[in-house]
Amino acid sequence: MIRGLKYALTQAFIQVFRNKGMSLASIFSITAMLLILGLFFFVTVNINIATESAKQQFNTIEVYLLDETSKEDADIITQSLLSMDEIAGVTYVSKEEAMEHFKDRWGDKAYLLDGLAENPLPNSLRVELVSLEDGQLIYEACRNLIGVEDVRYYQEEVKKILTITDFIQQGALIIILFLIIVSVIVVSNTVKLTVMARQREIMIMKYVGATNWFIRGPLLAEGMMIGCISAGISLGLVWMIYFRIVELFSTQALLLFSTSFVEVGFMMRNLIWIFIALGMSIGAFGSILSMRRFLNA
Amino acid sequence: MIRFEGVTKMYGSNVGLLNATIRIEKGDFVFLVGPSGAGKSTLIKLILKEIEPDEGEIFVNGKNITYLANREIPALRRSIGMVFQDFRLLPHKTVYENVAFAMEVVHSTQRAMRRQIPQVLSIMGISDKADKFPAELSAGEQQRVAIARALINNPMVLIADEPTGNLDPDTAWEIMKLINQINRRGTTVLMVTHAKDIVDRMSKRVVAIDKGRIVRDAWGGEYGYDD
Repeated sequence: MIRGLKYALTQAFIQVFRNKGMSLASIFSITAMLLILGLFFFVTVNINIATESAKQQFNTIEVYLLDETSKEDADIITQSLLSMDEIAGVTYVSKEEAMEHFKDRWGDKAYLLDGLAENPLPNSLRVELVSLEDGQLIYEACRNLIGVEDVRYYQEEVKKILTITDFIQQGALIIILFLIIVSVIVVSNTVKLTVMARQREIMIMKYVGATNWFIRGPLLAEGMMIGCISAGISLGLVWMIYFRIVELFSTQALLLFSTSFVEVGFMMRNLIWIFIALGMSIGAFGSILSMRRFLNA
Repeated sequence: MIRFEGVTKMYGSNVGLLNATIRIEKGDFVFLVGPSGAGKSTLIKLILKEIEPDEGEIFVNGKNITYLANREIPALRRSIGMVFQDFRLLPHKTVYENVAFAMEVVHSTQRAMRRQIPQVLSIMGISDKADKFPAELSAGEQQRVAIARALINNPMVLIADEPTGNLDPDTAWEIMKLINQINRRGTTVLMVTHAKDIVDRMSKRVVAIDKGRIVRDAWGGEYGYDD
């Protein structure tokens, strides 16, 4: 068993290097597929996180208090709001905290806010809803409270955002599935071509009396090795491209959508295992698929 | 060693082999001759279990192989050394590795390989080619490698399918001398050939097939017809 494994691995290693042309062709096609998949994955994750945070922003009702309203009055309002079943929680946000939060979201562009002479933000209560359906009711209730300057609730926007995020998430899932299917087809075709060239070799091995597993082992290991190499290359490329994009466009993203890119390291940590697993299974699957007809002949 | 008892193989309505009975004993040297499509290849394929007979029984090394499960075929092939007209060497393996592959198939140790392979390469006169790839060798050298591979596991039978078909007359004769030597050491040899001069000159047992029938089986025989 151990001997067989060692034999398969060493043979695979030698053959990958000796069949440079075929190995390169396979590596190229798997890498291309993983690269597209990886970049799409990055786009999807970013859109998802942006929409999730947008959803969270709209899931609350902002109750802006008059400047005259004291902290004590605010506490009384909070208590009365908390007695309502439709409200999950109320958080008091002082104007200073509001400013901090604002600066956080602007990240390294926060210095732009330093120029303000005085804090223009009001104290506020952040009212979290149990369910979005009660939004309108609570909105009305908050507006009639004493000491409240303004209430902000984006009901129409919430509905729109929910529709859009659903659409994006489902669309992304469909496109990823489609991409995986396409890559399996492309890769199995590449492997089929390489195995056509191998057909004679497999036939010779059978004449010498090799069992099917004796032939299959090294070829399988070879496919998985090629998948692994492709995963490595595409990970490197994805990292480089994403790093560059973040570097170039993070300012624009922040200003346009007031959201920042997901951190490069976090993305890569998640992607490494997905890619290695995907690359190796594509390689193994391709090998098995293309060996089957020659081995049974 | 190899026995065919009334074996028939049809390809649809075409005759492959018709009620053929042959007995090849241990140590025999047999030439199998006949026109193209006469049934020579069918006979070899039946021995290697590439195809199934319709009727009759086949024995190899005393074992009835008429009905053999697929998983038993590799073991059968390991007990037979095969040499082909087109050499059939693994193109991405060196001479040494090509011979070693036949030993790996039977799970030999690396030590046994390091001991036996140089020996057999030396007998075949290709010791200096051990690290070359098949494409770097002449046709005669490639056939020597193929014979080395066929013999490395000491098979009881060597089956050669037109082993000189791709060689010039001088090289062909060199290869024949090697095969004759192997036979003298006790290995049974069954050789399919179209080479009239070789058959006439070697003066061995000759089995002639025509239209699927065994039409002649004579010791010290001659090729006996014109192609």
